[in-house]
Amino acid sequence: MAIEVRIPTILRSYTGGAKVVEGAGDTLSDLLTDLDSRHGGLKARLVTDAGALHRFVNVYVNDEDVRFLGALDAKLNDGDSVTILPAVAGGAFGFAAAAAIAQHSAAAAAIARHGDVREARVAR
Amino acid sequence: MLSIDRSIIDAIVAHARRDHPDEACGVVAGPAGSDTPIRHIPMENAARSMTFYEFDSMEHLRVWREMDDRDEEPVVIYHSHTATEAYPSRTDISFAGEPGAHYLLVSTREPDTEEIRSFRIVDGVVTEEPVKIVDAAVDPHAVQSYMFGQSPATVDYECSDR
Repeated sequence: MAIEVRIPTILRSYTGGAKVVEGAGDTLSDLLTDLDSRHGGLKARLVTDAGALHRFVNVYVNDEDVRFLGALDAKLNDGDSVTILPAVAGGAFGFAAAAAIAQHSAAAAAIARHGDVREARVAR
Repeated sequence: MLSIDRSIIDAIVAHARRDHPDEACGVVAGPAGSDTPIRHIPMENAARSMTFYEFDSMEHLRVWREMDDRDEEPVVIYHSHTATEAYPSRTDISFAGEPGAHYLLVSTREPDTEEIRSFRIVDGVVTEEPVKIVDAAVDPHAVQSYMFGQSPATVDYECSDR
């Protein structure tokens, strides 16, 4: 059972540059686990340590946002097309507040990189 | 450097002014690999906020598919800051997910001053770049007179040293 998965530019380092890869799984969670077995590290960019889909990653099954299909539990069928897009977001909003809302590991990583310990602590 | 047509910049600034005091956001698509922004696509700010913007997820999918079908890519991703300078916030940096795009920021804090700056944001590193505004609206067949060596159709915005 093959499901086509469209990979955004920023995650193609995990797929050897491939724009489209194939995977298998009955749910989105299974599919990501399957993809991670060949493209190690990909799943961690999409799923938080707590096991939820990242707030600022959009995943679609065919034309639907998976948030309306049960997120990681979304059911998949042979021939489905899955698209991953990093959310386009930002703004002048305070970083600590954004990170707190997002609980976003990329945001936490950016805080670590920028060394703002005080804000990082607030965000956690 | 970002080279962009005056008419597109005018449309982006008009979008930002229209949505002020909320932040406005959008894309300028261009042929893949060309680094030339051609097709302005104003996007909905799903956050409808004065300090945050986020593309609507369904509009995002539709526009990205359309670009794919037309063999285009997002050459410019823009948004406005409505009370602060046109410089990427740490939020902007942490969420920047298109390493190939020019991140264009417009500030609408001054009603009469156009404040436009462009940046590359790759792996959390911000690099400002000059913006060259090209005035393609000037009719090339019109009779023009200007001094030799002058280029009346372009305006160069040098980036300030930071």
